[in-house]
Amino acid sequence: MQETLEKNLVLLSIVTLITVAIGGLVQLVPLYTMETTIEKVDGMRPYSPLELAGRNIYVREGCYVCHSQMIRPFRDEVERYGHYSLAAESMYDHPFQWSSKRTGPDLARVGGKYSNDWHVAHMIDPRAVVPESIMPGYPWMADRPLGAEKIAGDMKTLQFIGVPYTDEQIENAQADLKAQANPEMGDADAMVARYPKAVIGDFDGNPSMITEMDALVAYLQMLGTLVDTTSYKTSPDGR
Amino acid sequence: MANIERDEVSGTDTTGHEWDGIKELNTPLPNWWLWTFYATILFSIVYWILYPAWPTLSDYTKGVLGYSSRVNLTEDLEARDKARESWTKQFAALPIADIAKDRKLLEFAMAGGKVIFADNCAPCHGSQGSGAPGYPVLADDDWNWGGSLEEIETTIRFGIRSTHDDTRVSEMPVFSDDYLSPTQIAAVADHVLSLSGSGSASAAGAEVYAEECAACHGENGEGGRDFGAPRLTDGIWLYGGTKEALVAQIGNPKHGVMPHWEDRLSDVERKQAAIYVHSLGGGE
Repeated sequence: MQETLEKNLVLLSIVTLITVAIGGLVQLVPLYTMETTIEKVDGMRPYSPLELAGRNIYVREGCYVCHSQMIRPFRDEVERYGHYSLAAESMYDHPFQWSSKRTGPDLARVGGKYSNDWHVAHMIDPRAVVPESIMPGYPWMADRPLGAEKIAGDMKTLQFIGVPYTDEQIENAQADLKAQANPEMGDADAMVARYPKAVIGDFDGNPSMITEMDALVAYLQMLGTLVDTTSYKTSPDGR
Repeated sequence: MANIERDEVSGTDTTGHEWDGIKELNTPLPNWWLWTFYATILFSIVYWILYPAWPTLSDYTKGVLGYSSRVNLTEDLEARDKARESWTKQFAALPIADIAKDRKLLEFAMAGGKVIFADNCAPCHGSQGSGAPGYPVLADDDWNWGGSLEEIETTIRFGIRSTHDDTRVSEMPVFSDDYLSPTQIAAVADHVLSLSGSGSASAAGAEVYAEECAACHGENGEGGRDFGAPRLTDGIWLYGGTKEALVAQIGNPKHGVMPHWEDRLSDVERKQAAIYVHSLGGGE
């Protein structure tokens, strides 16, 4: 049999595929059927258009290279960053930003920890507010208009792969994006109704233009704020 | 088919395969390698039994040790809370001023407050509370909202212009926009500077000041803590002390935001932080 397989390329490919597929199925299938994989929690919602645009910038600039979004269940982490991250909190992330390295601090619950002004000053020149920081500055974000014409397309793609965006949310993508960055430019109440707990406001202090900075700060300010972790209880055996 | 031969030179059998006349020795694996390999297999079987390992269709094997990092964490935190009980109970029960008077409790407040401050407060207020433009110095005696232990504790808890319902709020009006003329703004900026010994006082500036500024900042610039209105006589400036900076702040004021810490820090932690901030140099 060894010899037959070795000398028959098509047969070898098929048998290899079957072998690898068994390994993959054993690992992957239970994750979809296991009830404990993703905790049932209240408050999770898909990203608002502005937050999603900010997330795209976060991915584009490679923030995950230095910042994790994963608070592990250890005492030192929980004391510094807050409740450990729940799987549910990144269930709408494609791709997730857990990262594996912390040159800078974890950002999983950075939302609301600092003011918008601080974030803007910090992105423009990190050393202006944190003298010992080694983070590079991203000053251009404050000047660059947010190119988010295709944000509805991004949402549609996410909807296709399982993020529960409603058609209404996709239709109103541009309007919601503007309303969140500048309440005078749209119906902020309708926006918050579609995206509960969304932070509304002119994030970068420049109401005349929606910049990349607006989007990024909007994203940072919502990180870890959606789920009320005090209401989350592990079952007695911790699963 | 396999045609196993014994190689004369090495004394080892060949695998019996032949490719274009090239044959391969079937050298046995070194024993150290082979036994390490078997040991890892054995290890994995023991591991499967002891720890969570195999997925089943709707659940997974939990392992006989009942290991769970989340349960371990809960136990760690319970042990911590128990170890700290000797002082946290008093922290929770006593008003902050009494804690600061108790030598032993003060030590706990300072040690914990230092750590809490470094992570949560220092990014804006600077390590040691040295401040930055837009972020008040906490080491001097210039307090916008009060520098007593209780006032500091309140500010930490509710924040300033934060998202908390009980936040401290004040808003300085926009004085440009045709409300005051540029000449008037320049005059009053000069007058405000003169309150701390620089700039040139003028009757026009004093008049505008008395009408527009005195209600919050006080007749002589002594400040108004009820409205978070900074004292203007001490030469300490939140947004810069040049005439240009003052003209900008009067014309179109900036309003800093301090987040509230009610959700992020516990009652005990906020007391620790307040006592630490109070000790930085300016506590009242």
